[in-house]
Amino acid sequence: MSGPDAIQVAFRGRIGGFQLDAAFTAPGRGCTALFGPSGCGKTTVLRCIAGLQRLAAGACVVKGEIWQDGSRFRPAHGRPVGYVFQEASLFAHLSVRANLLYGTRGRVPAAPADAIGLVEVVELLGLARLLDRAPGHLSGGERQRVAVGRALLSQPQLLLMDEPLSALDRPSRDEILPFLERLHEQLALPIIYVSHDLAEVERLADHLVLMQAGGVLAAGPLAALQSDPTLPLARSRDAAVSLDGVVAGYDAAYGLASLQVDGAQFLVPAAPAPQGSRRRLRIAAGDVSLAQVLPEASTILNILPVTIVSAAATEAQQIVAVLSLRPDGAGPRLLARVTRRSWEQLGLAEGAAVYAQVKSVALAPASRQRDPM
Amino acid sequence: MGALAPEIWVAVRLTIELAALTTLLLLVLGTPLAWWLARSGAWWKELVAAVVALPLVLPPTVLGFYLLVALGPSGPGGLIAGFWGERTLAFTFEGLVIGSVLYSMPFVVQPIRNAFEAVGERPLEVAATLRASPARAFWTVAVPLARPGFLTAAVLGFAHTVGEFGVVLMIGGNIPGETKVLSVAIYDYVELMQWREANILAGGMVVFALTVILAMTMIERRMARPGA
Repeated sequence: MSGPDAIQVAFRGRIGGFQLDAAFTAPGRGCTALFGPSGCGKTTVLRCIAGLQRLAAGACVVKGEIWQDGSRFRPAHGRPVGYVFQEASLFAHLSVRANLLYGTRGRVPAAPADAIGLVEVVELLGLARLLDRAPGHLSGGERQRVAVGRALLSQPQLLLMDEPLSALDRPSRDEILPFLERLHEQLALPIIYVSHDLAEVERLADHLVLMQAGGVLAAGPLAALQSDPTLPLARSRDAAVSLDGVVAGYDAAYGLASLQVDGAQFLVPAAPAPQGSRRRLRIAAGDVSLAQVLPEASTILNILPVTIVSAAATEAQQIVAVLSLRPDGAGPRLLARVTRRSWEQLGLAEGAAVYAQVKSVALAPASRQRDPM
Repeated sequence: MGALAPEIWVAVRLTIELAALTTLLLLVLGTPLAWWLARSGAWWKELVAAVVALPLVLPPTVLGFYLLVALGPSGPGGLIAGFWGERTLAFTFEGLVIGSVLYSMPFVVQPIRNAFEAVGERPLEVAATLRASPARAFWTVAVPLARPGFLTAAVLGFAHTVGEFGVVLMIGGNIPGETKVLSVAIYDYVELMQWREANILAGGMVVFALTVILAMTMIERRMARPGA
């Protein structure tokens, strides 16, 4: 991951009364989420990457280009980033079209192989009806979509998003999230996405940087951090894993999609989905129970042989078990939360082969093709 | 009502020339100053702001007195006047322009500074992340967004220069066609008991002032339009 494509950042310093000491490496593709409670320094890190804020003890290398080190500091306007702020911050004196084209100095990019064109952005974000309107006459969700499009059209090599949904009400959020998912699927552009909302992270992120009190608690692939019992995510009430699966078939009679996740198969109620398309599955720890023997008759669709990799106790007399979908303990993980009583009565332990009964699987609606458009 | 004396029109023209030139100079000088006051983190900037605001509080005669000294033969004004063979800038149109610029400065700098502060940091940060240089961000984002402030500043600067009296009397005196502006002309007519002319001029100034205030209200209403 420290290859030539990686994004390496390290920022240390004091801002007001706040001490920041954060360093991590993120892959140069896909979506990296900076996740943590409000006030933990996520936004400051993002502003430092964009060059909007300068900490003297800082280093920032993006895809082999040094943006900041001990002696150099490239100013914000010299960095090829797109930045989406929490509030859309459209230029009030310009039309939507002029806002979109500000980063290209008014020229309409024609979309050669490596650029994003106006037509594509308008299509991707559904902006066709808005082009000649004034920002003051748009809804919150529409404004944020224009802000995303404006950032994309400046032809960034890195897209930075600072809680782009948190200033929106629930309907606007639901309206814009699918657009962000499409963006993530269809563009090869790496994204760093700041959020304190776990649901957004589970739907969008491939890679996760967990932040706490100005520092980095852990960084790694989303699924690996979700299923690490030493981290607060796996022990929380909302613990869940996100798995990327491929549609292997669709049973129209029952409305069930069959998804392959690294050899394991899940049946999930879903809208018709083309074979080979990708879907993200979310499986909550609380929806997975364990059995010693294969239940013979059950309404539960997904019963999978798993291996217990590790287990940790939570505060509430419960056990969180990390499960591997493969007998050798490798591959994708599931989490199961069971009571300590059941755990002891069944004599469960690390290394045991058991059956996981998955009561419910949530599907992120969008397909997840990673091909650049 | 008979025809007005031609000297009134000379005074009207002179007043408009003085106010227009002063406003223009103030916009050119006041904009960078207001930008600095709005955005600098220097601890002494409020001291500069206070100096700029002095004419709001000082009696015009005090300002006029210092200006008279500065513009006179033994001040820097006399030195400058020496370049074209004069002894002093006092009692000249040029001196009046300098005095008006200083006197009306707070009325121009303050609205522009307020407007820049109202624009805030965010639009400029957005412009920077869209690859706009600081200069481009200033001209294409800060200035257009602060436009109502510039309009207010121009109207106030112009109107205030038209209405100034004490400073003019101190440093300009009363030379027809050179330094005799409207406010001084009214004073003169009253001294000479020419009530009709004084009345016409004073009435004209009332109409002018009303127009200015109405214009300001309209600008402020436009300023309050919904933004993004």
